[in-house]
Amino acid sequence: MRNIAFILKRELGGYFATPVAYVFLVIFLVLAGVFTFYLGNFFERGQADLQAFFSFHPWLYLFLIPAISMRLWSEERRSGTIELFLTLPISIGEAVVGKFLAAWAFIAIALALTFPMWITVNVLGNPDNGIIAASYIGSLLMAGGYLAIGACVSAITKSQVIAFVVAAAVCFVFTVSGTTMVLAFFAGWAPQAVVDAIAGFSFMSHFSAISRGVIDLRDLVYFVSLIAAFLFANAALVELKKAG
Amino acid sequence: MSASNTSAGTMLEIKNLQKHFGPIRAVEDVSFTVRKGEVLGFLGPNGAGKSTTMKMITGFLAPTAGTAKVCGFDVEAQPIEAKKRIGYLPEGAPAYPDMTPAAFLDFVGAIRGFDGAERAKRVNLAVARAQLKGVLHQPIDTLSKGFKRRVGLAQALLHDPEVLILDEPTDGLDPNQKHEVRELIRQIAPEKAIVISTHILEEVDAICARAIVIAKGRVLADGTPEALEKRSRWHYAVSVVTAADEVQRLKTLWNGHPGVAAFEAVEGEGGLAMLTAFPRGGMPMLAELGRMAREAGIRIDEIREERGRLDEVFRDITGKAA
Repeated sequence: MRNIAFILKRELGGYFATPVAYVFLVIFLVLAGVFTFYLGNFFERGQADLQAFFSFHPWLYLFLIPAISMRLWSEERRSGTIELFLTLPISIGEAVVGKFLAAWAFIAIALALTFPMWITVNVLGNPDNGIIAASYIGSLLMAGGYLAIGACVSAITKSQVIAFVVAAAVCFVFTVSGTTMVLAFFAGWAPQAVVDAIAGFSFMSHFSAISRGVIDLRDLVYFVSLIAAFLFANAALVELKKAG
Repeated sequence: MSASNTSAGTMLEIKNLQKHFGPIRAVEDVSFTVRKGEVLGFLGPNGAGKSTTMKMITGFLAPTAGTAKVCGFDVEAQPIEAKKRIGYLPEGAPAYPDMTPAAFLDFVGAIRGFDGAERAKRVNLAVARAQLKGVLHQPIDTLSKGFKRRVGLAQALLHDPEVLILDEPTDGLDPNQKHEVRELIRQIAPEKAIVISTHILEEVDAICARAIVIAKGRVLADGTPEALEKRSRWHYAVSVVTAADEVQRLKTLWNGHPGVAAFEAVEGEGGLAMLTAFPRGGMPMLAELGRMAREAGIRIDEIREERGRLDEVFRDITGKAA
């Protein structure tokens, strides 16, 4: 646990030692605003809630989170620092979790910086703050899911470009697997149980359930177990690379 | 393996280490032990398997077969215990480019289990040893190659490890810095088992008590630098500087000496030439040959005994493997 904290601290510090953190934060906030006000018709809807804001998060995360996760392992492998990192007296589990938590904490910071949005709806009307709080939690969990996928992909390659593209593609599959477009493709020939299972893997359906204000245990379990599964795969891949 | 290898004082024990990357056999069979106080030079041409072996010793790569034990801890079975006892300078001395040496060493100190004042003390000592004071607060990617290497050394020495694995520690350093690093290694050597990979042979002479030559993933020679030099045909060879027209007489004369195997002559300036007589049995023959020349009244301007040449031995040993 101690080591995880040290790794987290070093990694998080690493984001802010370079322009990466600031560029990411600015782009994230600008895009979140653009999506909310222009695509989400925040004002035109005339409702005091943040539906317009949260409904675009999956799409925002889809390409911004792979941009964070792509460097987690690829960068270390390319620069050779991984040799130093993995010969320190830490377990691979600690390394994987420490890196993941640092990136997750960074995204939590980005998400927290959208607080003016929350203030705005409270000034303009009387929103249900419980729903908004639940949505923030749901959004953070979903971000963790995208991030775990991206971290796992990053462990495969030393090329950050490949890590980005593959992570974005896998994340896309997880995002849209609940849409009628995908389900219609399977519905024609696959058994209903398979179609349901595919729908059940969708980030969108679990996130939208939470962002309606219902924090269902099943949705929490879904995101937590997804994160755990991909981090486990991440550790296994790092271990596998040791074998050469 | 004899009992002496497992006796007290053995800190690093490598047995039949192998590493295959698919069809490529990077390390075929490497075994050796290093005792406390010993500095082992790990020699070999590029691609011989030096770095791969070191990566297996430090637990970065898993061996295909064989074991590496650090102070009795198997690197694969008890990686954390083994890694705690190793200080490792990887090839090229990688370090996080955005960090300053101060922050980097603090991180390594934290992971190595030091807190508060103890960590500060350790970092300060490592900084002093690696002479990093002036650059402590500059990002590492702005540092020169020499300083980067010293940051790597400071990191490896921070926890005062029992075993030090240094992959080309002086590569890219200027002569003064090389000298400093060698001095540093000499200072700490009595308390540690140190393995240094290098392809600079003078370094082996300067700091290593023992040298291992590997090529194509196998150990080809293992001994003191002197013992290796003895394998050179130059060892105990005698060179003389004489008049060019005396060379033939000398050859005929010395041919009568049973220890002489062959001659090599080089014409010099001003009617001078250098003649070298190579030994057959590896016995000294300077005094004898000198006396024979004097008694025959042959003019000799200079006479000396050659030392074995490590580079030649190295070429000879590794060339055969190729």
